Amino acid sequence: MTERPRIPVVVFPGSNDDRDAAQALEGLGADAPLVWHTDDALPPGTTAVVLPGGFSYGDYLRCGAIARFSPIMREVAAFAAEGGLVLGICNGFQILTEAGLLPGALRANASLSFVCRDVPLVVGSVDTPFTMRCESGQSLTIPVKHGDGCWFADSELLAELEHDGQIMLRYGAGTNPNGSIGDVAGVTNANRNVFGLMPHPEHAVDPLLGSTDGALLLGSLVDAARLSVGSLV
Amino acid sequence: MRATVLVRPKPGILDPQGQAVESSLRHLGFEVADARVGRLVDVELTTDDRDEAQAQLERMCEQLLTNPLIESYEIAFGAGA
Repeated sequence: MTERPRIPVVVFPGSNDDRDAAQALEGLGADAPLVWHTDDALPPGTTAVVLPGGFSYGDYLRCGAIARFSPIMREVAAFAAEGGLVLGICNGFQILTEAGLLPGALRANASLSFVCRDVPLVVGSVDTPFTMRCESGQSLTIPVKHGDGCWFADSELLAELEHDGQIMLRYGAGTNPNGSIGDVAGVTNANRNVFGLMPHPEHAVDPLLGSTDGALLLGSLVDAARLSVGSLV
Repeated sequence: MRATVLVRPKPGILDPQGQAVESSLRHLGFEVADARVGRLVDVELTTDDRDEAQAQLERMCEQLLTNPLIESYEIAFGAGA
């Protein structure tokens, strides 16, 4: 069993939280190499993949719309299809929705303003690889920083996701920073091995930065990746 | 062959840009009931076959130019610059 599960962080042109994510994961016990978007394979022994925040391809056309066609995304999609763990943070979340790996779409904030502040979040299901260190209904404080974080799903899709327990994170009542439907801050796919969220857990892993609640989410992923080492290959 | 793809937020989708434009137009004294903001993409295709161009443009819209969950599109030929 590998002591440090390998969780590569993909770097797209315009990613800017890749090093923060890698550093946070390393601090939580993972081996987090950076992987360039033109690579056509994930590193050997990959147990989970993180798509970091940033502004891939300058957010041209729609956020994440162009990055989803990067060569590495074919590998990420294949990895996810086999049950591999994939986490998308902010721009990574946008890329995963554009790629059809997560439900819904992300649009300009209702305020049309960029928001950058700590937000309270409420954890939904804890029976997932991304939230198993949390308690159900637990409140977390994690920063957001985005201009296009307004998650949208039509009422039919939202009802389906709520019924299936795929809404993993919501903004605390009255604190929604972007106008997302149902105060949604993060969702999983039906198999719960792909998760995307607008808040930045990698910026909340050190008391110096005000909160360590992000470590609950990233730490869950490291735990889950460590557990999955035995089941892969 | 030249074509223009018009991309619009679907009806019922909140359009904060459109709302801001509508509000500004009202401030300027225009009597405006609604404004929506979309996007246009001028495309020059190498084919001269209209049906082939139409088919290619539809695939472009489905794969890249629009997000079908939130946007609709319209293809016009000979329009644009």
